[in-house]
Amino acid sequence: MLKIHCPYCEEDRPELEFHGAGEAHIARPTNMAELSNEDFEKFFFIRDNDKGIVFERWRHLHGCGRFFNAARHSVSDKFIKTYKAGEKKPKLTKKEIEAVLPPAKSTPANEAVWTIEKEGKK
Amino acid sequence: MSAPSVNTGANRVAGKGRLSPAKTVSFTFDGKSYNAMEGDTLASALLANGIHLVGRSFKYHRPRGILGAGPEEPNALMGISRDKARFQPNVRATCQEVFDGMDAKSQNRFPSLEFDVGAVNDGLGRFFPAGFYYKTFMWPQSAWDKLYEPIIRRAAGLGDSPTEADPDHYANRFAHCEVLVVGGGAAGLTAAKAAAASGKRVIIADENPIMGGSLLSDSVVKLNGKTGSDWAASIVSELEAMDNVTVLPRTTAFGYYNHNMVTLAERVTEHMANPDPELPRERMWQVRAEKVILATGAIERHLVFPDNDRPGIMMASAAGTFLNQYGVTPGANVAVYTSCDSAWQVAFDLKEAGVNIPAIIDQRDAIDDALLARAAELGITVKKAHAVTKTRGRLRVKEITIEPVNGVSSEAIPVDCLLMSGGWTPSVHLFSQSRGRVKFDEDSGTFLPDIYTEDCVSVGCCNGTMDMEAALAEALTAAKEAVGGRARKAPKVENASSMNGFKIGSSKGAGPEDFTKAFVDFQNDVTAKDIRLAVREGFQSIEHVKRYTTNGMASDQGKMSNMHGLAIAAEMLDKPIPEVGLTTFRSPYTPVTFGTLVEHNKGELFDVTRRTPMYDWAAKHGAAFEDVGNWKRAWYFPKAGEDMHAAVNRECVATRKAAGIFDASTLGKIEVVGPDAVKFMNMMYTNPWDKLAVGRCRYGIMCREDGFVYDDGVVARMAEDRFHVTTTTGGAPRVLNMMEDYLQTEFPEWKVWLTSTSEQWAVIAVQGPKAREIIEPLVEGIDLSNEAMPHMSVREGKIFGIPTRLMKVSFTGEAGFEINVPADFGQSVWEAIWERGEPMGLTPYGTEAMHVMRAEKGFIIVGQDTDGTVTPQDAAVGWAIGKKKADFVGIKGLQRPDLIGKGRKELVGLKTIDPKIVLEEGAQIVDNPNHPIPMPMIGHVTSSYWSEVLGHSIAMALVVDGHSRMGETLHVPMPDSVIKVEICSPIFYDPKGERTNG
Amino acid sequence: MANALRIQPLEDRVYGNNGVILQPLEACERISLRAEDKAIAGLGKAIGLALPKKPGTSSEKNGIIAMWIGPDEWFVTAPEGTGLEAKIDKVKTGLYSAVSINHRNTGLTISGKNAVNALNSGCPRDLSLTVFPVGACSRTMIAKAEVILYRTDEQEFRVECWRSFSDYVWKYLMDAARSA
Repeated sequence: MLKIHCPYCEEDRPELEFHGAGEAHIARPTNMAELSNEDFEKFFFIRDNDKGIVFERWRHLHGCGRFFNAARHSVSDKFIKTYKAGEKKPKLTKKEIEAVLPPAKSTPANEAVWTIEKEGKK
Repeated sequence: MSAPSVNTGANRVAGKGRLSPAKTVSFTFDGKSYNAMEGDTLASALLANGIHLVGRSFKYHRPRGILGAGPEEPNALMGISRDKARFQPNVRATCQEVFDGMDAKSQNRFPSLEFDVGAVNDGLGRFFPAGFYYKTFMWPQSAWDKLYEPIIRRAAGLGDSPTEADPDHYANRFAHCEVLVVGGGAAGLTAAKAAAASGKRVIIADENPIMGGSLLSDSVVKLNGKTGSDWAASIVSELEAMDNVTVLPRTTAFGYYNHNMVTLAERVTEHMANPDPELPRERMWQVRAEKVILATGAIERHLVFPDNDRPGIMMASAAGTFLNQYGVTPGANVAVYTSCDSAWQVAFDLKEAGVNIPAIIDQRDAIDDALLARAAELGITVKKAHAVTKTRGRLRVKEITIEPVNGVSSEAIPVDCLLMSGGWTPSVHLFSQSRGRVKFDEDSGTFLPDIYTEDCVSVGCCNGTMDMEAALAEALTAAKEAVGGRARKAPKVENASSMNGFKIGSSKGAGPEDFTKAFVDFQNDVTAKDIRLAVREGFQSIEHVKRYTTNGMASDQGKMSNMHGLAIAAEMLDKPIPEVGLTTFRSPYTPVTFGTLVEHNKGELFDVTRRTPMYDWAAKHGAAFEDVGNWKRAWYFPKAGEDMHAAVNRECVATRKAAGIFDASTLGKIEVVGPDAVKFMNMMYTNPWDKLAVGRCRYGIMCREDGFVYDDGVVARMAEDRFHVTTTTGGAPRVLNMMEDYLQTEFPEWKVWLTSTSEQWAVIAVQGPKAREIIEPLVEGIDLSNEAMPHMSVREGKIFGIPTRLMKVSFTGEAGFEINVPADFGQSVWEAIWERGEPMGLTPYGTEAMHVMRAEKGFIIVGQDTDGTVTPQDAAVGWAIGKKKADFVGIKGLQRPDLIGKGRKELVGLKTIDPKIVLEEGAQIVDNPNHPIPMPMIGHVTSSYWSEVLGHSIAMALVVDGHSRMGETLHVPMPDSVIKVEICSPIFYDPKGERTNG
Repeated sequence: MANALRIQPLEDRVYGNNGVILQPLEACERISLRAEDKAIAGLGKAIGLALPKKPGTSSEKNGIIAMWIGPDEWFVTAPEGTGLEAKIDKVKTGLYSAVSINHRNTGLTISGKNAVNALNSGCPRDLSLTVFPVGACSRTMIAKAEVILYRTDEQEFRVECWRSFSDYVWKYLMDAARSA
C-alpha cells in the first residue's frame, strides 16, 4: 500500500484514501467542437503509459477530495513529488530522479523488471 | 491427572529444555493418543514419543520424517483440528504448539501412513521426471477431460480443505511505528531494546511463541553472564513493560510492500486448549514503519546425498532445538553429517545428554582444533573428509554408509537418526520482497542484501553476519540510525558457537553420473537429477528451472532448497552462481490462512449493506428485496399466494388505475450551487440549461468526452444559482467524481460547488391518477393544481409538517410526484401518505414494477439499455442535445464519423408476434435465422417484460439502424425455437404523454 | 397535523465491551460549507467562530464545531436549534455554498481505552496523539465506509458517516472492539 503525500492536506496518507486518475497534464482543448478527429484521438485516447517516470493524477477522494498531480517512478513506485492541480509540470533534478530509480542490477534475475532505459526520456 | 506420573514420551531428557513436566496435555496423532508437555510443538511431542514418520511426500509418496524445527519444515505438514469446524490443513508440526485435545492427522497418504498405495509412484520414479505434468499428459487430446484432469486434480494439492464454515473471527490492525523489528533473536532483541530507549514507537515481531531465536537452543552461549534464554527473557520483559513497545510473539512478518508497509500474521489462539471465543483466532497487522530492521536470521541447509529423505534424517540445528528447548532427543544412536561447525555443538550436546554419537562425518578436511579436541574429550569418532553415500531403512533410517570424499572404501554405520548440516542460508525473503537486490558472497556461499530500495536494514545472520558479537554491534548501529540518540552498549558475549563452513549443491553420491534420489526440495519432491534434467532440456534461466521442476515453489518458497538447486543448475550450465541468479522470493513468507487475510470482512461485514429510510416499512409489508449496488431495494410486495409475476402485474395495474407509492431514495443527488452553476451544467450535460426557469425540472443526459451516454436524471432548478441534480442509483459516485474532476482541473475558476445530497433526502414517489388527491391534504404552501404546478416542476413547501422539495415528475408515465424530505423523516412521511392513500387504492410498488412501467413508456435505464457504446441519438434521446451549444462534454466525441454514420445500433421497441412470449434480456437478434453460420448478429434485447396493462409482452432492443426499420420483422433465435419480433416505437403506452397531466 | 417522527438510523443503539463504548450521536445541524477566501471571515463571524485554515484542524465554540475538510471545504455542526443555515444565509461578502447535510450524515461517538485500537481495525491512519491530536479531524475510511473522524478527547472520537453506511460502521466497530 502506497504512502501518498497530499499537497492540500500537507500530510502523508495511506493509499486507501486515494483514487488514481490517469495521466496528468492533458488539458481539455478549449476549441473542443472544432477539434479534428486526429487531435481528438490524441487528446482522448492516446496515452504514453511509460515505464519509468510518470506524471499522473490522483484524487484524495476519501480525504480532502482534491485532485492533484504526482511524479512517480512506475517501477520503484516511489514518488518524486506531488503537487497541486493547475501547477506546472515540475522540472525534476538529477538528484530527485536518482532517489527513485530502482537499483541497477546486481544479479541477472528479473532483468526485465529493472530495465530503466526510459529514464530521462521525459 | 497427577502431573509427575504422566508419560510425555520416552525420549525426554530430564532437566533439559524450558518446559515443565508438571504441565502436560494430551493430543491424538492419526487417531492415537499421546501426552506432551505444555509448550511442546507437535514435532517435539511426536519425537519425544519416538515418532519420526509423519507424512508422505507429494509426488513419490515416500515416507517422510520431521526435518526441521521451524517454519522451513517441508515434510511435517499436518491437518490440525480443534473440533469438526475448526480444521486447518498443511500446518507445520514444527510451529504448531500442542494444546490439550488437539487432533493431528498426517497427509497425502492412503490408507495409512505406514502403508500408502501412492508409494508405487516411488518405484515408477522414472515416469515422474521434471516437468512430468507437461510430458505425461500430452495426448490423446480426448483423454484430457475424462482421464488426465481428474487424475491430476485428485493427486494435486496438499492436504484437505475444511468442510465447514469457520466459526472463528479474525481481526485486523493498522499500526504505525518508527521502528519495526522483524525477528526476536539476539540481534532483533538488541535492536529493539536500543530503539525503544528513545521513547519512539517500536514493534517487534517473532514467529515463535518465545523470543530469543537461536539463543533458546544454544546450550553454551552467555550474554552478560546469562544463558541465552535467560538473557532473551529479561530483554522481552523489559520491552513488554514499555508503553512505546509492542511485543508480538507468534507473529510472522509475511509480506513486505511499498513504502515500508509490512504485514504480520499474529496467531492469537492457535496454541490454546480452550480459547475465549471473544478472542480473534488470528490478527492481521498492517504496519507502516519509518524504519524496518530485519533480523530474520538464517536457515540451515540440508545436504544433498542419496536417499537423504528417510524419516530419522533431520537437520542438526533442529536436533539442537528439540534437545535444548524441549528436552527431547531424536534418537539413541545419532550420527552427524556436516560441512559446518555448528552441527558439532549439537553432537556434543546430545552426547552429554547420554545419546550415543557413532560418528561425526564432516565433508571438510580442515576442522577447527577446538572442535576436534572437544570431540576427542567426549569420545566421539570423527570422520574428516567423509561423505554419507547411502542410507537404509524404509520407515526410519537404520543404517548409513560412509565413504571418503576422495576415495572408494565404504563403511556401514547403524544409526536410528542422522543429523545433517550444509551450513546456513541468510533469510533474505523479506528483504527480497521489499525489492532489495542481493549479491552473491563467494566466501560464505550465500546471497546477501546489497542494494536497499525501502528504508530498511538487515542485521545479524540475515545479513551474513554470523558472528554474534558483530551481529549485535550491527543491530545497535541500525537502531541508532533509526532513532538517533547516543550509542548503546552491546551485551558481553561469551562462548558463541561458530557457524563456519558450508556446502551448496550436491554432495558425493548425488552427482551427474549417479542414479540416485538425492532430494533438493523435500516439499515438492525435486531431486538433484530433476534439476540437471531441466538444464539438459534447455532451461537456462533459474526462474524457468524453478517452474519446470517446481523447486522452491508452493508454500515452501525455497527456504532450504533454493541454494542447492541454484548451485546444481550453475554447475550444469557451467556458469558462476551469480550469473545464474536467484529466484525472487514471494509473499507470503509462510502460508497465511484465508481467515487472516479476510479479517473482519465476512458475514455481515463482507460488504456494506445500504438501506433506505423506508426499508423497515417495506420489510414489515412483506417486500422482497433486490440488491442494487450495495442497496437493498424493495423489489415487489407480494400478497399471500402471489408470485413475483402476479405481484408485479397487480402493482402496475394499481398504479396506472389509482396510484402507487415507490421508494426512490437511492437516486443519486447532487446540489450544484454558485453563480456559475448554469455554465457548469451546460458543460456537464448535453442539454441546454440557460432557459430552465427556477421551479422547473428537465431530464438531462450526460456523456463522456467520447460521446457515449454516461448517466441521466432529472434536474430541478431551485434558484438562479442552485440546481438539485439527480443521477442514477449506481452512477451517483462516478457522476460526482467526474463533475469534480472537470470543475477542479479544467474549470477551477468557475464559481460553483458540488455537494452530494443523495442521502440527505428520502424520496417518495407517488404516481398515478390519484396521486395528487392523495397527497394534497398533507401538503402546505404549495398549489398542486396542474396550472400552478405543471409536469416537470418543483416547489418547496411542507408535507406532513416537514420541509419538502416536491417535484412533479414521472418515471411511470402517470401524473405523479417525487417527494423529497429530510431522510430521517422519510418513513414518517411515507406512513402518513400511506395512511391516507391506502383506502383510495394506493399500492406500494417495487423496483420490478418501476422497471415495467418505465419500459412501457420507453424510458431508458442507463447501464441496461445503454452499455457504454451508446450515444444519446442511438438511445433515441438525441432531442436532449443542445444543438446551439458551443461546448459540452462529448460535443466532439459525438461528431466522430463512426458515431454519426450508418450502421449504429439504435434503441427500438420490439413486439413479439406471439404477444404471450416474453423475450430474454440479452438475447441476440438476427435478420434471417436460416443464414448460414457464421450468423450475423444485428442487435440484442436490452429490456423485456410482460405488460399486464397492455396485455402483451414489451421489449426494448439495440438494433443496427433500428430507427429506420420500423415495422420490419426480425428473429430472436433461442435454443428451442426462433421467436419472431417486429420493430416498433419503444413508447408502448400513452405515446402522446397525456397522462402525465392527468 | 400530527407530528412527523424523526427516526435516526442508529437510534437506540448502545454498545460497550472490552474498553470500547459506542454511542449514537444526538440529532444536530450539519452544514457542508464551501467558500472562496473572500467569504471566510464573514462566514466565521456569522457562525461565531473562526473557520480553521490549517489542514486537519478544527475550531469549536459553544458547541459549534467547524472542521477543515478540504482547502475550501468545512464541515460545520451545531446543536439543534442553533440555526446555522439562517446565520450563514446572511453573509453577503464573497461566494460560498452552504448545503444542509443534517440527515445525510449520522454518527457515533467511540470512546474508551481501546477506542484507538478499534478504529485502527478499519482505519489506516496513524491515530497517535502526536499525529492526530485532540481536535484533529479528517475525512478518511473505516474499512469500506468513508467517514469524518474527529478527535474529541484522548480516548474519544466522533465518527460521522452517511446514514446508510452507519449500520455497517457501527457493526464493524463492534467486531473491532471485541478484538481490540
